Amino acid sequence: MTAALMNEISRWAIPLLLVAIPTIAYLRGVRVYEAFVEGAQEGFQTAVKIIPFLVGMLVAISIFRASGAMNLLVYVLDPVIRLIGAPVEILPLALMRPLSGGGALGLAAELISTHGPDSLIGRMSSIMQGSTDTTFYVLTVYFGSVGIRQYRHALTLGLLADISGLVASIVLANWLFG
Amino acid sequence: MVVNAIWLFLLGSGVLVAAAQGKVEVVTTAALEASKTAVNIAFELIGLMTLWLGLLKIAEKAGLVEMLANGMKPITVRLFPSIPRNHPAIGAVVMNLSANMLGLGSAATPFGLKAMQELQKLNPNPDVASDAQCTFLGLNTACITLIPATIIGIRAAAGSGNPTEIVGPTIVATSFSTVVAIVADRYFRARAARRRR
Repeated sequence: MTAALMNEISRWAIPLLLVAIPTIAYLRGVRVYEAFVEGAQEGFQTAVKIIPFLVGMLVAISIFRASGAMNLLVYVLDPVIRLIGAPVEILPLALMRPLSGGGALGLAAELISTHGPDSLIGRMSSIMQGSTDTTFYVLTVYFGSVGIRQYRHALTLGLLADISGLVASIVLANWLFG
Repeated sequence: MVVNAIWLFLLGSGVLVAAAQGKVEVVTTAALEASKTAVNIAFELIGLMTLWLGLLKIAEKAGLVEMLANGMKPITVRLFPSIPRNHPAIGAVVMNLSANMLGLGSAATPFGLKAMQELQKLNPNPDVASDAQCTFLGLNTACITLIPATIIGIRAAAGSGNPTEIVGPTIVATSFSTVVAIVADRYFRARAARRRR
């Protein structure tokens, strides 16, 4: 029942926004099409501006993954993750999550199908996936779009948020489903 | 600068590990592929940005963004003391966080970039992130998620008996990380203010 409801909300959210905003605006006397085009013009420059930042970050992350350096880090961090009570299988996902959205989604999907969505690992990886963000991507794209090169404490802040989301996911999954 | 150190670590450790295994050419392939991927992502963003920024302009002109921003004022005034009241940055920030909460990833990024641009107008040092921009970034990565749509879909596809049972824990975990982000942000901001003096 809730599953169906959530699914319906997800299906309808964007179509509803697409029709509701222009309709309300039209009733309030906005020239909707002209307003749309006016706003849309900024889209191109913003997207192009982030390319250098994105290339720099994605190349480094991709080399780190493809070389096997990430697997090495997984190996080194293994005792730490055991300490907070998570199964070893979850560690690659935890490390991948802030680096690559696509990579993490792939790992989570793989964990869920291998261990089953209703296993502890399946549930834990699901909560983890929803509770953390691709911090490096967000940082690169958001700051890149306005040309900011010095991130100050934003990176630490983003990673702190990720780590606390991660630990909370592990603790909650163990407590609720362990 | 943490980001320089991390960037160099990713590159350096990658090349070293690949070389140690005698497969250093992997680095070349990965680098070339990733640079292509980056441009593809940017290209996909062009369409998304154009669509959502157009819609955002309609919502702005209709006064809808202002309404939403006004509703959230008690919270935003405390989180972003440096943004003047009624500045358009507040509206874009609120739109981005709302899209994040609802799991509308495709809308969240365009609204977020718009918010960054508005915040940049208030930033005295264009090369350096301002306090408000750091706060926004922290909130954005921590953001409370009410509907983790993608993962619900994956669970349902994998035949879960209850695909949405992870929604509650996700809300709790993201609330926790949001609190951590806000507290840490306060600490960093106070430290920066002390250094300036």
